Amino acid sequence: MPTLKIDGKEVWVEPGTNVLEAAKKLGIEIPHYCYHPALKVAGSCRMCLVEIEGMPKLQISCHTKAADGMVVWTNTEKVRKARQAVLEFLLVDHPLDCPVCDQAGECYLQIYYMEHGLYKSRLRENKIKKEKAKPIGKHIILDQERCILCSRCVRFTREVTKTFELGIFNRGNRSVVDLYPGISELQNRYQGNLADICPVGALTDRNFRFQTRVWYLQQAKSICPGCSRGCNIEVDYNISREYKAGGRRIPRIRPRHNPKVNGYWMCDDGRYGYKYVDALDRILLPRRLDEGEPVELSWPAAYTMAADLLSEATKEGADKVGVLLSAKMTNEELFAARKLFSSLGVSRIGFRVEPKEPGYEDDLLIKADKNPNTKGAELLELGLGAGKSDVSALLDAAEAGEVDTVVIFNEDLSKSSEAERAEAVLPKLGRVIYVGTNWNATAAKADLVLPMATFVEQEGTFTNFEGRVQRFWKAVEPLGESRTGLSILAGLATALGLEPVSENAEEVFAELAEQVPAFFRGSATRNLVSTGNWLRARLGRR
Amino acid sequence: MRIPQSEKELTFWERIYFPEVFRGLAITAKHFVVNMIRHTLRLLGFKNVPKGAVTYQYPEEIRPISTRLRTMHRLARRADGSPRCVACMMCETVCPASCIYIVAGEHPDPNIEKVPIRFDIDLGKCIFCGYCVEACPEDAIRMDTGIYNFAAYTREGMVLTLEELLAHEPAPYVSVPTQDKAPDPGPLAKSQPVSAPASA
Ligand code: SF4
Ligand code: SF4
Ligand code: SF4
Ligand code: SF4
Ligand code: FES
Repeated sequence: MPTLKIDGKEVWVEPGTNVLEAAKKLGIEIPHYCYHPALKVAGSCRMCLVEIEGMPKLQISCHTKAADGMVVWTNTEKVRKARQAVLEFLLVDHPLDCPVCDQAGECYLQIYYMEHGLYKSRLRENKIKKEKAKPIGKHIILDQERCILCSRCVRFTREVTKTFELGIFNRGNRSVVDLYPGISELQNRYQGNLADICPVGALTDRNFRFQTRVWYLQQAKSICPGCSRGCNIEVDYNISREYKAGGRRIPRIRPRHNPKVNGYWMCDDGRYGYKYVDALDRILLPRRLDEGEPVELSWPAAYTMAADLLSEATKEGADKVGVLLSAKMTNEELFAARKLFSSLGVSRIGFRVEPKEPGYEDDLLIKADKNPNTKGAELLELGLGAGKSDVSALLDAAEAGEVDTVVIFNEDLSKSSEAERAEAVLPKLGRVIYVGTNWNATAAKADLVLPMATFVEQEGTFTNFEGRVQRFWKAVEPLGESRTGLSILAGLATALGLEPVSENAEEVFAELAEQVPAFFRGSATRNLVSTGNWLRARLGRR
Repeated sequence: MRIPQSEKELTFWERIYFPEVFRGLAITAKHFVVNMIRHTLRLLGFKNVPKGAVTYQYPEEIRPISTRLRTMHRLARRADGSPRCVACMMCETVCPASCIYIVAGEHPDPNIEKVPIRFDIDLGKCIFCGYCVEACPEDAIRMDTGIYNFAAYTREGMVLTLEELLAHEPAPYVSVPTQDKAPDPGPLAKSQPVSAPASA
């Protein structure tokens, strides 16, 4: 193990670690642009210079391997001067667009200038003009003038997505980043990450463009509900200035580093797929159908109606009721729902909805299963026996007259493989209750609709495809009158006179962990630390 | 809002009322006499007598204002009349009253890029601190219209929109009149067109 001394402090690191990472271990941040821990070392920006005893010149810490007995100084006069000079060079042709640049506030040119630059401009030449505001992909816009040619983006398309769209062209101060000739736009499904890894404002996000300013945003740790990978994300929300971003409370989401799940990345489907949370079609109030006419209800009236419908149905026999939960619900909601409906005697509790077309999958992050919590539902032993689709089983039973009441949680059957059959069968049923977030064809025809909160409006856990239970936190309040799944189940339990259900996800998780052997016994949600990575369900050890 | 204050016990002298009334009248009379003597002496040419107090017959007679007085905001225009503001939201960020509301949009010229499509200032909340003017990197927002006499019947009426802000002209201050001369109603009586439109 090499042991080296950085700024007088001793540290040992794995062989092959570079000096920049070794310093990070001591909490010393060496300023850098081109180095990114997930990409190959380029050593092109020269910002990470440090002084190493015994070497005549300053060395770039990103490309110098830590060696035993090395003595490194990261903050000597010589180093500071060199950093200043590098920064001055990088900014020679920089347009200083900060007022119109979306990166401002989280730009490493600004940050390092304030920390290490602070020189007076000596430039008397005209700045080189390059192409500005050039859309290079569905989600990304390029400003060549702001680029510092660190090549992170180029390496990303070469090493991570292996799509090779970007390159650096021309020489000297006329160098620019651009698409290779013959490529009209970025084709990869991970392009949003380019805006994250670009240390400056050269590559910015078109979805976020001019929506707000980064310093207006607050962050909540969350998990992407886009597929069963469960990428760790940061939800950037803005509630103090509600007129920004066209009224959307969530102007963007970004990946959160978790080496075990998603590394530094997330896919575009997940990154831009959250917009339903602020969409105009959110269900805002409970609603019932009166002779086909919609009537809005208050929550107490809605709970009473739901309880009446359910107890009427169970009087005819509990097996007349079918429940379709959703793999988009949290472990806590699924557990509470299972408890509530089984205490009513209902045994038909499914959750599998087969999509019309199988989902896209690749070997980087994207999984074919577009539900965040299928594994969790399986571990809770939900589902109607074998087969891919619980919808089919429920519809079979309904067609055979065995089921005449269904409760559907947040699944639009018109998007499932059984769309036609569902459309024919559902209207013939006695009672349909829909609990969900947004209006859709299934909700529109339900006798009673209850508005549910989305993932950013509540906390809970999802179990990803490998059985990793990951916690997410609430960012904003539920929209309109919508309530979290747990709160709805709690209200129903009270209205039905059943054992009370807690509205607190942490309490429900503690109970779940006690009762379901597949989850660690006694481990409460608070044990799931912020890297999102915690607690592996005890797979195969039931 | 009324601020509650602890009541002072009145002394016997104050409670019998009339002596205090006459004391008050005496103060008023003293100001009247002193100012009349000062005005008369200055009229007679005694220039080293201190100036007497002046009452302006507002609104017929308008008091001169200092050129640096912070008055109603305006947004500077480019040569083509479009806003010089690039919607950087610095003024909105710094505003201690949070009374600036900006929504940004795309500018067709990529060298300008960003332009406000909504820019509201709620004068009902504004405290006229001038921080917005200080913060602006484009010198786009200014408080030099010379307009300070505004009121509205509703709160909404106190909101200045982008169009209104762009339509405002700077006050054409000619000179700052001293109190010796007759007050010059110039800046507020009628505004003149700006000589050269501001350009970037
Ligand atoms: S990249 Fe950074 S320094 Fe350059 S204009 Fe944008 S915010 Fe300013
Ligand atoms: S566009 Fe950004 S990431 Fe790419 S080389 Fe330029 S500065 Fe680096
Ligand atoms: S003058 Fe002060 S309070 Fe008024 S808009 Fe400007 S910054 Fe805000
Ligand atoms: S600070 Fe100036 S340029 Fe920026 S938004 Fe305000 S008025 Fe516009
Ligand atoms: S980070 Fe080391 S040279 Fe760029």
